[in-house]
Amino acid sequence: MNEFLTDAALFLPVLLRGLWTTILLTLCALVVSVMLGLVWATMARARFGPLRAAAATIINVVRGIPIIVQLFCVYFVLPEAGINLYPFAAGVIGLGLAYSVYQAENFRAGFEAVDPALLEAAKSLGMDDRLAMRRVVLPLGIRIALPPFGNTTVMLLKDSSIASTITIAELTRAGQLLAISTFKNGTVYVLIALLYLAASLPLAAGVRMLERRMATR
Amino acid sequence: MIAIEGIHKAFGANHVLRGVTFTVEAGEVVCLIGPSGSGKSTVLRCINGLERADSGSIRVAGQELGDATLPAIRRSVAMVFQRFNLFPHRTVLENVVEGPVHVLKEPRAEAEARGRDLLARVGMGDRADEFPMRLSGGQQQRVGIARALAMRPQAVLFDEPTSALDPERVGEVLQVMRSLAEEGMTMIVVTHEIAFAREVADRAIFMDGGTVVEQGAARAMLTDPQEPRTRLFLDRVLRPL
Ligand SMILES: Nc1ncnc2c1ncn2[C@@H]1O[C@H](COP(=O)(O)OP(=O)(O)OP(=O)(O)O)[C@@H](O)[C@H]1O
Ligand SMILES: [Mg+2]
Repeated sequence: MNEFLTDAALFLPVLLRGLWTTILLTLCALVVSVMLGLVWATMARARFGPLRAAAATIINVVRGIPIIVQLFCVYFVLPEAGINLYPFAAGVIGLGLAYSVYQAENFRAGFEAVDPALLEAAKSLGMDDRLAMRRVVLPLGIRIALPPFGNTTVMLLKDSSIASTITIAELTRAGQLLAISTFKNGTVYVLIALLYLAASLPLAAGVRMLERRMATR
Repeated sequence: MIAIEGIHKAFGANHVLRGVTFTVEAGEVVCLIGPSGSGKSTVLRCINGLERADSGSIRVAGQELGDATLPAIRRSVAMVFQRFNLFPHRTVLENVVEGPVHVLKEPRAEAEARGRDLLARVGMGDRADEFPMRLSGGQQQRVGIARALAMRPQAVLFDEPTSALDPERVGEVLQVMRSLAEEGMTMIVVTHEIAFAREVADRAIFMDGGTVVEQGAARAMLTDPQEPRTRLFLDRVLRPL
């Protein structure tokens, strides 16, 4: 136990730096996934058929490819097309894209759960489709989508470990390097696990709090 | 003000409106009565374009309802719903100014001042900053009326505005509607409140099976209807046992 603690004290600064990268990566990918997800979900509601078809295709294709493969595509294949990305940027784009389809599904379900009578109320006030979307469907749908959104965000935090495969020094990779150089696999991976928990538990609690605040309205 | 001529509407095989024709003059209060499923709601929904009639014509203030005129007509005809349909994520005042600010593009301060006046008028002046969920049905419906009036409509359509209310809450809403009628607002009211219709409405229209069966001066028609079907319906509504 004593040895664990002294090792932990030694490793923690390195791992915390990795955790910081993990959090940064998760937040950036979250922003990308939410923005893209809203685009897909809005397209999926469009009047114009081809737009709906495009949304459905994007969602099915992206959902059908493993995240690690998507990351490799962004990191290794794009440079061949002349687009060179820093690993971190590739990670943000890859994870953001991969998660955008889950976010889109959350939002789509949320939009669909908005009482159609409220949409009619908006229209009867003279709102066109776009204004009604912005003022009524979007804010209410996002509220409904909040619980699944929270789950998705926690999953994204955990899946950000996949970015270790494209040389981003986030928590998992920082730990791997440490384990390789010190042979203290047990200590390192227990610490990594604890650090992921330390990040995801408050995240889940935060989403629940947000949910409760909005539910009182 | 509103002229409906020969409108038909079918939902699949269900032919709901079979040639409905009537007119409503400016300042007139018309009550639309009839059994469940006779198409009363569908008529109202066609007038403000929530449904599109299959054939026939609807004119509002001289304008024929169509794709081009729909936005303008929606702005001049307001609607009050049976289940209120207030926006749950906005306060009472925000509900009322939603249309003026975002559709009519009124400056917010001006819209809010007007909104507070309207809320005071329906007896909800002291609840402006609450969320709709905290209000009783009668209070929500009064806010619904204020929200409709905030659009400065030329006519207001009411679809069974008191049907979802506890009996002791019906009066407060009817009271607001009565004062609105006295101020000369053009109103079409779908209602089962025959006493209200008799007293407040200028004219009554009885619909059954998707057509207008009888129409006439409200007091006379609701006291002594000419058509057997109207008589039967009124007997049932007024003496349910
Ligand atoms: N959107 C819709 N899709 C399919 N059928 C509909 C739709 N709206 C109404 N109907 C049908 O049209 C008929 C007339 O409905 P409507 O709501 O106009 O009747 P109503 O006179 O308002 O009756 P109530 O007193 O019950 O409100 C009903 O048979 C109803 O099932
Ligand atoms: Mg109805």
